[in-house]
Amino acid sequence: MAQMNMLHAINEALSIAMKADERMVVFGEDVGHFGGVFRATSGLQEQFGRDRCFNTPLTEQGIAGFANGLAANGMTAVAEIQFADYIFPAFDQIVNESAKFRYRSGNEFNVGGLTYRTPYGGGIAGGHYHSQSPEAYFTQTPGLKVVVPRNPEQAKGLLLAAIRDPNPVIFFEPKRLYRASVGDVPEGDYQIELGKADVVKQGSDITVLAWGAQMEIVEKACDMAAKEGISCEIIDLRTLSPWDVDTVAKSVKKTGRLVINHEAPLTGGFAGEIAATIQQECFLYLESPISRVCGLDTPYPLIHEKEYMPDEFKTFEAIKATMSF
Amino acid sequence: MSNAPLNNETVHRVSFLDKASLHIPILRILQADGTTYENAVLPVIDQELAAKIYDTCIFTRVLDERMLGAQRQGRISFYMTCIGEEAAVVGSAAALDKNDVILAQYREQASLRYRGFTTEQFMNQMFSNEKDLGKGRQMPIHYGCSELNYHTISSPLGTQIPQATGVAFSQKLKGERNVTICYFGEGAASEGDFHAGLNMAAVLKAPVIFFCRNNGYAISTPTEEQFAGNGIASRGVGYGMHTIRVDGNDMLAVLAATQQARAYALENNAPVLIEAMTYRLGAHSSSDDPSGYRSKEEEAKWQQHDPVKRFKLWLINKGWLKEADDTSIYEKYREEVLAAVKVAEKLPVPHLDQIIEDVYDVPTPALKKQLKELKEHISKYPKAYPKSAGRL
Repeated sequence: MAQMNMLHAINEALSIAMKADERMVVFGEDVGHFGGVFRATSGLQEQFGRDRCFNTPLTEQGIAGFANGLAANGMTAVAEIQFADYIFPAFDQIVNESAKFRYRSGNEFNVGGLTYRTPYGGGIAGGHYHSQSPEAYFTQTPGLKVVVPRNPEQAKGLLLAAIRDPNPVIFFEPKRLYRASVGDVPEGDYQIELGKADVVKQGSDITVLAWGAQMEIVEKACDMAAKEGISCEIIDLRTLSPWDVDTVAKSVKKTGRLVINHEAPLTGGFAGEIAATIQQECFLYLESPISRVCGLDTPYPLIHEKEYMPDEFKTFEAIKATMSF
Repeated sequence: MSNAPLNNETVHRVSFLDKASLHIPILRILQADGTTYENAVLPVIDQELAAKIYDTCIFTRVLDERMLGAQRQGRISFYMTCIGEEAAVVGSAAALDKNDVILAQYREQASLRYRGFTTEQFMNQMFSNEKDLGKGRQMPIHYGCSELNYHTISSPLGTQIPQATGVAFSQKLKGERNVTICYFGEGAASEGDFHAGLNMAAVLKAPVIFFCRNNGYAISTPTEEQFAGNGIASRGVGYGMHTIRVDGNDMLAVLAATQQARAYALENNAPVLIEAMTYRLGAHSSSDDPSGYRSKEEEAKWQQHDPVKRFKLWLINKGWLKEADDTSIYEKYREEVLAAVKVAEKLPVPHLDQIIEDVYDVPTPALKKQLKELKEHISKYPKAYPKSAGRL
């Protein structure tokens, strides 16, 4: 095990995957010699050449369309969208093309070898165009897998699994944690299965669910709750589409309570989907209504970032309110 | 200076360029009477190739005529014809190797036929039966066949353009001696995907032929409401790629241009743009009526430039076709298409289980659960779901 930050873990995953698969190419804006604006692709061009790690023109829809073509012709394509906020010009290529390639052709063609990597989320004083969490838009699109890691170890294992998954995957990287999150990362090649939630901490009174950068937040909130004698079970969903209903339902049947936390705005956010499903699966086990702690229904603000965020205090309050319903 | 323009000339008073500054000639080889222009350089073509090209044109005409009829009778829901644009589509397809990849827009059934898509395969797709390679998931005419390197059609316009760049780039990386051809209309060239795809191909150096069928109309919108510049060809030059404008109703000109475009793309790992000036003789689709937006006179004028007739006269002049043979090719295909319609429309629809297949490589637990619930529901109300209730 080596200590590294999340960017280093991602870089290592890319390098391992490229070594193992000579059909794999990595591309996007500034990802070549410069190594990407966050340096996630540092050194890859030196290691694998300009044919396999290269800059593209500044065009998200072009990058996604190009990626579809590469993957449809048997390549392993890892495309970087520089910020998740800029994924929308590529929206049509992702939801109408990547997601439906296999289905619409009856599997005559597919883009299974395609992974989109993109930094998402706030906490970096980025204002609305460097802070969004657009995962819910993609979870409503059958054919895509949506994955969000929470720390370096998860990032490496999940990214390797995403690259090798025979379906197109959008891999949202919590940019706030790129350098801030440092931890032990297993050496060499390993994968973490997609579609499986991770029970990070066992507990008996309430289930607290989140993903990505918000895992740190809910862990802090659960520590606060523990001091009040509340035992929280913490789950990291990890894959949002398809999501692990069984693990979450099993936990909620045990604890009888659920708080869901995400950074994206409340309305239409993925927490709504989880709440509806768990209400159906666990109705007779629920001791209180399912609670959502989310971003406000505003664009992501700059100066009021702290206020906007579903932070540990808001989460702690939701836990207490749910407990005393 | 890396961003230096190509032209080093400087001027010292304001001087604008306009579309007239670009002189784009149009390649013509075949005259209306079936003879070739003096000094015209012919494409590489022998009797066998010429016969296959002509045969494909006739099949496509018959297919279009019969299937439009089938749509009018309510037997299929939708259709799009290739009529008037056969030379652009077949002439370009005939210049390719069978391992070259085709990304079509939707009106290029002739290039798929040229590759060997059978009459039955066409029908199976249009009637969404259990033999449809696409498993009955898309509207009629959304063909696709991996064996023939013909990508499945997508309804949104222009999406195949940057994809073609990706396919071609992968051919280059794999060291394949093949190119990709990407068809689109002048209307699709207004989409952002067009810019993205061409710019990336030129910058990243991908062996792709962008083939624009400039056919006069995008549904009802005429070209003068579609672009203000010098057609589509001027844009190819702007992106820094080899560009040619051809008479799209001239089979020999299209064939010659595409043969040389292919050779250039392979040799240089670089894209080429071909703009074929043609005319959509039919409606945009079976859902619109061109009499609402263009005159009978205009259509009649273009009837005189019928690309298939012009090529036929050349074949007769060469002694490679007789009028009697021509009649029998038509008859053969009329019977073949009619017979295939009768078979295809009687085949059952794809099994309901397939509704959840190919969303992912394997169905997710949620999909399996939804299918199970759907089947339970259908078995309660079998009369409401006649196509699948008998085969759960």
